[in-house]
Amino acid sequence: MNDVFAGKLVRLSAFDPEEMSKAFTRWNLNSEYQRLLNSMPNRMQSAKSNAKWMEKEVEEMSPESYFFSIRTLAEDKLIGELGLDVVNWAGRDAFVGLGIGETEYWSKGYGTDVMNVLLRFAFTEINLRRVTLNVFEYNPRAIRSYEKAGFRHEGHLRDFLNREGRRWNEVYMGILREEWMELNNQAPGAVGGG
Amino acid sequence: MFDIQTQLFEGQDIRFGPIDHEKDPEIEAKWTHDSEFMRLMETSPARPMSAAMIKKQYEKLEKQIEEDKNLYHFMIRVKADDRFIGKASIYWIEWANGNGNIRLGIGAAEDRRKGYGTQALGMLLRFAFAELNLFRVTANVPEYNEGAIALLQKFGFMQEVCRRRSLERDGRRWDLYVFGLLNDEWRNRVRA
Amino acid sequence: MKDLFRGELVRFTSEEPETRAKAEVRWQRDTEFHRLADGDPAQLSSEKKIKEWFEKQAEGFQPKRYSFCVRTLAEDKYIGFLGLWVDLIHSEAWVGLGIGEREFWSKGYGTDMMKLCLQYAFTELCVERVSLGLHEYNPRALRSYEKCGFRLEGRTRKDGMREGRRNDTLWMGILREEWLQMQDGGHK
Repeated sequence: MNDVFAGKLVRLSAFDPEEMSKAFTRWNLNSEYQRLLNSMPNRMQSAKSNAKWMEKEVEEMSPESYFFSIRTLAEDKLIGELGLDVVNWAGRDAFVGLGIGETEYWSKGYGTDVMNVLLRFAFTEINLRRVTLNVFEYNPRAIRSYEKAGFRHEGHLRDFLNREGRRWNEVYMGILREEWMELNNQAPGAVGGG
Repeated sequence: MFDIQTQLFEGQDIRFGPIDHEKDPEIEAKWTHDSEFMRLMETSPARPMSAAMIKKQYEKLEKQIEEDKNLYHFMIRVKADDRFIGKASIYWIEWANGNGNIRLGIGAAEDRRKGYGTQALGMLLRFAFAELNLFRVTANVPEYNEGAIALLQKFGFMQEVCRRRSLERDGRRWDLYVFGLLNDEWRNRVRA
Repeated sequence: MKDLFRGELVRFTSEEPETRAKAEVRWQRDTEFHRLADGDPAQLSSEKKIKEWFEKQAEGFQPKRYSFCVRTLAEDKYIGFLGLWVDLIHSEAWVGLGIGEREFWSKGYGTDMMKLCLQYAFTELCVERVSLGLHEYNPRALRSYEKCGFRLEGRTRKDGMREGRRNDTLWMGILREEWLQMQDGGHK
């Protein structure tokens, strides 16, 4: 069977609260990063405070929530985080959210690779039928990356955000299992493949 | 023959041991990042875990063993260098009915195909039948796990149930087989 | 859309923990009922303990577990229960049911409950298959489940023991396509 944790540039690794709480605190010092990722106003949280909520969520091992850290294959460097939350079991749909905290890895294809790995995990290990995400209108780099991974625009919430004195849309994108399988030439149960 | 001398926990090349809370978590954490292994070992989704998370799991496991009294868990170690290579357990034990489920896995890829799985299963069955006095043991295996199926058949397990299309993985549905072995059957084979 | 909770003889309801506990305390005394429904040794629990257990069950929304009480349509009598445990990842639901009121055995109530359950499982939970296990010494249940479309998938040999006799557990399953075909075929 396919390796569901490895991509071409990155691999999905354990989301360890002690390591990730420190990383989150560091990454969140960057307000640009926060503004691309979060709709809530920027704030600072200590590693200890981050660790508290992380430990609780991660320990639960609920079938509805999956957390990963993102590490580069080349240097095994921790560069970001990824989360998948199932919202509707009957419809088999989940929300994905990812962030690459190490800014030197932006615009180099890492985001797209992470998304490709995530989609393989979502469709062939959690057996979802669709994956949804939302992204802010002022984040064209991410939007392009998701389009490359196969996501389609499904609509937007108008004037959802208020930043820097103007309103912005929150864009909704989605990908269906059949679409992903076709994009990746996935015959069921095929071995290998990118 | 009433044999209390033959070691329950010592095999030819491997032995069963307790959890080493200091050293084992890091090793098992690595196995959880091997999705191929996890997909053979578990039907629940593969999830990479850190050593700290595994350590917490070990604590929960030992608590469960003590409280529920229907579970036995062994760590498999290579005798030569005491290396932790896998795990074996008997779970869902129903004492009144005399049955239990078994599972085992060799986590380190380089330690597979060395006959350790065969040795471990032999020891596990002896423990189940000659020490726990179970009447039968059950093993659940997905149809894609040919290695496990071959191993169970080697020991005389019979395929009893085919749970059709019970699992979904890698974009398709798979059957889940239920295998069973009775105490008498085991005893006869061991004597032979 | 159909009324998911109404069959031909029964309906699914929720009951207060006190109501459930009172009924359970009576039903647990019936050895035959217990031995048909369960594999664990029979035991007698206090009404208080049972009530606490039901209260704990009801806490919070659990995506894996769906629990129903069953009342007859005619007399509105609380006669039993039905539970579904869903493996969300593999989309498989396990069902267990019991009719505690003996006078309602062998009258089609169990079959009606199971039909209602399958409709719920396949059209609301949208699972791919429903599974169950039963004792080999329960031919009435076997017939009922076969009527509903379950197929026998095997038996784990001698995994239960009662009255000095070893008994097999029978395992059955019904796939989504099979159930859908039954609906088109006009089976009622």
